[in-house]
Amino acid sequence: MNAKGSVFKYGDNVDTDVIIPARYLNSSDPEELAAHCMEDIDKDFMKKVRKGDIIVAEKNFGCGSSREHAPIAIKAAGVSCVIAETFARIFYRNAINIGLPIIECAEASKGIEAGDEVEVDFDSGTIYDRTKGTQFKGQPFPEFMQRIIAEGGLINYINSQR
Amino acid sequence: MGMTMTQKILAAAAGLEKVEAGQLIEAKLDLVLGNDITSPVAIKEMDKMKVSGVFDKDKIALVPDHFVPNKDIKSAEHCKCVREFARRNGITNYFEVGEMGIEHALLPEKGLTVAGDVIIGADSHTCTYGALGAFSTGVGSTDMAAGMATGKAWFKVPGAIRFHLVGKPGKWVSGKDVILHIIGMIGVDGALYRSMEFTGDGIHNLSMDDRFTIANMAIEAGGKNGIFPVDDIAEAYMKEHSSRPYRIFTADEDAEYDEEYTIDLGALRPTVAFPHLPENTHTIDEITEPIAIDQVVIGSCTNGRLDDLRIAAEVLTGRHVAEGMRCIVIPATQAIYLQAMEEGLLKIFIEAGAIVSTPTCGPCLVTWGSWPKENAVYPLPTAILSAVWDM
Repeated sequence: MNAKGSVFKYGDNVDTDVIIPARYLNSSDPEELAAHCMEDIDKDFMKKVRKGDIIVAEKNFGCGSSREHAPIAIKAAGVSCVIAETFARIFYRNAINIGLPIIECAEASKGIEAGDEVEVDFDSGTIYDRTKGTQFKGQPFPEFMQRIIAEGGLINYINSQR
Repeated sequence: MGMTMTQKILAAAAGLEKVEAGQLIEAKLDLVLGNDITSPVAIKEMDKMKVSGVFDKDKIALVPDHFVPNKDIKSAEHCKCVREFARRNGITNYFEVGEMGIEHALLPEKGLTVAGDVIIGADSHTCTYGALGAFSTGVGSTDMAAGMATGKAWFKVPGAIRFHLVGKPGKWVSGKDVILHIIGMIGVDGALYRSMEFTGDGIHNLSMDDRFTIANMAIEAGGKNGIFPVDDIAEAYMKEHSSRPYRIFTADEDAEYDEEYTIDLGALRPTVAFPHLPENTHTIDEITEPIAIDQVVIGSCTNGRLDDLRIAAEVLTGRHVAEGMRCIVIPATQAIYLQAMEEGLLKIFIEAGAIVSTPTCGPCLVTWGSWPKENAVYPLPTAILSAVWDM
């Protein structure tokens, strides 16, 4: 499985309230949530993002409120992968549980810039920056989490065990 | 190598003799919590599962508190979805308007969270119940759905940071000042993936309300949970509020901590977090220039308890809210509201020019009580200004 796209770059502590502001949480429809994705940190994000694009951020991505609406909005916006130095733990769980690919990689987080064309090979955990000609090795998931991701999320995984 | 308090609770819930940091386990759940924002997503996910209903109708708590009373048709539809799910599944602990409160103030008050429990909630501040010696942590809606269906959840056993509390806090120093001091010290990702274990004699000088506030904000340091040892104060609270049996776990003498800090409560000063991050803390002594405030909220799952209202009332007695400023007081539960009324606190607030709202998350999450965009501050319990900080 691979992801490929242009990079949107953000800094430390991107919280779930800028990913999807609370004022839109009276909806749980993925398309409606996606329409406001990243609105409070990058108001033109939805105008610029193309299917397959990749978000690269620094430390503690997805901190704050536990709202699963945040990874849902990112996934529904067409983003194929989020790379960060670290993720806040609830966002990390939620992304795995809904099948949004994420990778922790401090070097990639520092070395990749906005607009770079990046490709991610999830099987090997390798991140290629095609613009710069560099590559990085991401932190692989433990086997248990790989099984959840391979099943397409927690619900499918539990159904498959029954 | 010994286990921390958190690790011991998780080992017992997973049916294991011993666990260590980094180990993946499946633990039995004592309570699964959701609110009116997170539950509708969970209910939708649960519909996709091959199950006939919930694992235990007594071990699920559904608390519509975020957009309640409903601000519009969409939020009313979310609440209807939760209400109908609760009826369909015979959920014992569903709290309708009139019965509800802000979830993390309500559940301990109703006796649904006790020492030794393993609790997940689809709300980041679910870590509150660590104040009573429970393992409790925030998750998302899919975890909530799986928890409601199976009564189990997967966890990575966390490593730990120990905060050894000594001394006695001064008059204007509360649990909020303690946790803001810690977050200012270690940062908003300082406890990422780890448990925050509070120990030390200083705990005896903290009320249950102080401890709930401290555990509530463990997530604001990135922590998986915050947990306190069970002492006579915690036992008295549980005996007063709950008929459920509790289990007291204690950390091993040789438990391993990644980091250890000693905090002298007597040396702490009233502390505030400036926008836009909870780690951006300043003590009252560091604020030398007056700062104009447009709106004050006294409430939330962090600070809507009786201790908070009593302090606020003490400050506001004989004073009036400054011209052009709004002051909104939100008792966190109906019981707190009633008690505040009986003690005369609400009269003090109203005479001071504040308004008193029904229990709700309200302005903390900007579900109502919003402010103009140019005045926006960090809209989470972490940045809500309490009146004591004006002292």
